[in-house]
Amino acid sequence: MSPRSLTLLKNLARNSNASSSCIQTRSVTYMPRPGDGSPRAVTLIPGDGIGPLVTNAVEQVMEAMHAPIYFEKYDVHGEMSRVPAEVMESIRKNKVCLKGGLKTPVGGGVSSLNVQLRKELDLFASLVNCFNLPGLPTKHENVDIVVIRENTEGEYAGLEHEVVPGVVESLKVITKFCSERIAKYAFEYAYLNNRKKVTAVHKANIMKLADGLFLESCREVAKKYPGITYNEIIVDNCCMQLVAKPEQFDVMVTPNLYGNLVANTAAGIAGGTGVMPGGNVGADHAVFEQGASAGNVGKDKIVRENKANPVALLLSSAMMLRHLQFPSFADRLETAVKRVISEGNCRTKDLGGQSTTQQVVDAVIANLE
Amino acid sequence: TLRSVLTEEETFTVLQNISDSNSFVAASLWCFEEMTMAAATFAKRLIGSRSSSTTATSVARAFCSSTTPITATMFPGDGIGPEIAESVKQVFTTAGVPINWEEHYVSAEIDPRTQSFLTWESLESVRRNKVGLKGPMATPIGKGHRSLNLTLRKELNLYANVRPCYSLPGYKTRYDDVNLITIRENTEGEYSGLEHQVVRGVVESLKIITRQASLRVAEYAFHYAKTHGRERVSAIHKANIMQKTDGLFLKCCREVAEKYPEITYEEVVIDNCCMMLVKNPALFDVLVMPNLYGDIISDLCAGLVGGLGLTPSCNIGEDGVALAEAVHGSAPDIAGKNLANPTALLLSGVMMLRHLKLNEQAEQIHSAIINTIAEGKYRTADLGGSSTTTDFTKAILTHSSIFLPSSMKSFSPKEKLVTAFMGGFTSQLVKEISIEECVKEAGCYASNVVLQRFGCI
Repeated sequence: MSPRSLTLLKNLARNSNASSSCIQTRSVTYMPRPGDGSPRAVTLIPGDGIGPLVTNAVEQVMEAMHAPIYFEKYDVHGEMSRVPAEVMESIRKNKVCLKGGLKTPVGGGVSSLNVQLRKELDLFASLVNCFNLPGLPTKHENVDIVVIRENTEGEYAGLEHEVVPGVVESLKVITKFCSERIAKYAFEYAYLNNRKKVTAVHKANIMKLADGLFLESCREVAKKYPGITYNEIIVDNCCMQLVAKPEQFDVMVTPNLYGNLVANTAAGIAGGTGVMPGGNVGADHAVFEQGASAGNVGKDKIVRENKANPVALLLSSAMMLRHLQFPSFADRLETAVKRVISEGNCRTKDLGGQSTTQQVVDAVIANLE
Repeated sequence: TLRSVLTEEETFTVLQNISDSNSFVAASLWCFEEMTMAAATFAKRLIGSRSSSTTATSVARAFCSSTTPITATMFPGDGIGPEIAESVKQVFTTAGVPINWEEHYVSAEIDPRTQSFLTWESLESVRRNKVGLKGPMATPIGKGHRSLNLTLRKELNLYANVRPCYSLPGYKTRYDDVNLITIRENTEGEYSGLEHQVVRGVVESLKIITRQASLRVAEYAFHYAKTHGRERVSAIHKANIMQKTDGLFLKCCREVAEKYPEITYEEVVIDNCCMMLVKNPALFDVLVMPNLYGDIISDLCAGLVGGLGLTPSCNIGEDGVALAEAVHGSAPDIAGKNLANPTALLLSGVMMLRHLKLNEQAEQIHSAIINTIAEGKYRTADLGGSSTTTDFTKAILTHSSIFLPSSMKSFSPKEKLVTAFMGGFTSQLVKEISIEECVKEAGCYASNVVLQRFGCI
């Protein structure tokens, strides 16, 4: 028998045994251009805390798959005041980057490197895909939410100053330009991924001018996509609805701060930030990292015991593979990861298991076809 | 009460038959409001003739736990407000809470002294009484005036919003072990309302954090934790990004934490807080936060326990002012139809009582509400049942074994019967007396009526 039919038979056998039928393999219909298979360079930033652990996991899996990418590794830590110039060069050249979290010291004088990276590369959209993983029990069912968050302005402009001792002001800046482009990206995403509804999250009843401008931009863009339903929801009501009835949300577009909260809440109800993929994308560059809460690099104990959850970064790297136009590899990786999760005996502590990172990686590699 | 069962003359006759106990006088003094005109006149005559009996006064003292009534302001509000305010008044009276309500309504025009629809008198009343209970108010749409909530907040200097969120036993949501309090700074932060358009297409909004306001709310949070026996206070922030503003807030919290070494203090970044709240809310105890995060997190916690229809809240101001309010909307679509759920306003009233240190009555009413919801027989439409507001309120009053002041347990059966009769209590008290005693004590005429009324036959 040819190796191909052997593989197909193995799949059939496995599929009939597997509990969920939604883990499918598809026959590849993507027709590449000649030369697409040559290896692409991707900048890799391991980061702090659990970062090196999980990026190492990705490296191992990529090698096992013989994926046509190679990593250029750079050491960046959260205490540095700026991202080194050579790293920026590399990202600008490769256009794609995969990174672990960079820890920002709380209250110190150093501004967050995660935010800096996003601003310099103008990665204006941050995307988190929160969905129920089959086989992972959570309190909420039917969750499939994509949170698209404006990444450059809003409350995170970083413009703070002390007016007099004891009084500090922080500026929140909203511009029509940024609001429009994030709204356009959100609707475009919905259109290209066959999503039916876009919800804008705001607090315009209190911040009438600022969030009002954001809403105006969203409404204008909504008119150009008549096939997609558009509605608006106030952020506190939104959080309440997320914990009560998350199935009503599809794609959500939000300014910076609310997006952070909504993304973390949505990630929490769907299984935790350890498993949700996401990334930041701009007009020219894309940086993939753990979906929500990228600044959370985990506790020291998790690092020492090697119990970090690599699933989020593995699924993000699958998104990266698709971005680089290697859909077959992305499919294989996602299928393997989902199978490992649904089988249930190889899970890290945040999902209720006892495995180490390495064990999960080995399981994923074993499940690759 | 008697009114619904007997005519005035019949009541008069019944009371005459069972009139010779001194405690009857005391009971009638206490339950004055519940009596019909005839009985009131009758009682007054009795008081006149037996005013020197010592038993009467001692029993009277047993009923009223506090001799001076407290005046409190009540804003029934719009929409379903008046119905649920009525419910609160009934429950409080039956529980013997010594409060006289001063009701104020939102007027139809703008009062020039306050620049809003709330009159100067209303605000003065709250300032004077220092406690208030507010129902849902709908801000009329239009320009040129401040929102009602904003007016109250600014004029009364309400700096902290306290919202306890706990899972109600018997009302099942996805989360069963929620037991936390959110304390939110209420005056500054992102809601200062200072916005302006720099150039076309660019808007700036100011977020202000001051040392004074942060210290105030941190002090209140730790004080609350200590007085309510809570062990941990968590400050929620985003100081890794907003370093100076949230950094100042954290510094103030740390300073206050040092003064309370027995309470554990921790700081949690808001992303982690959101995630931990939806995964495992039992991890949190008391949360203290600036304005915007507080708004979002307190609504999130309300969602965890069952929604805004069940959540109480209390605004604390300077000089010990406390304004408890129900945070849900005025629901104009069910206004006037007797369908509203009064739980939020009732629980807010309980918070108000605790603030007034009337802990015994607060506990009684609280247990009655919890037991009624836990029982599940009487639930309003928003909880999935089909009872009306009045039915639900009556059900709470039915759990009246809780309302039995401990001193009444030593009463004779006749005294209990009389008290039950007079006070509008239902079956619980009468069930403690045997049917034979009822017949003997209450006299032939009254017995069947009484027993029927209280569901004994």
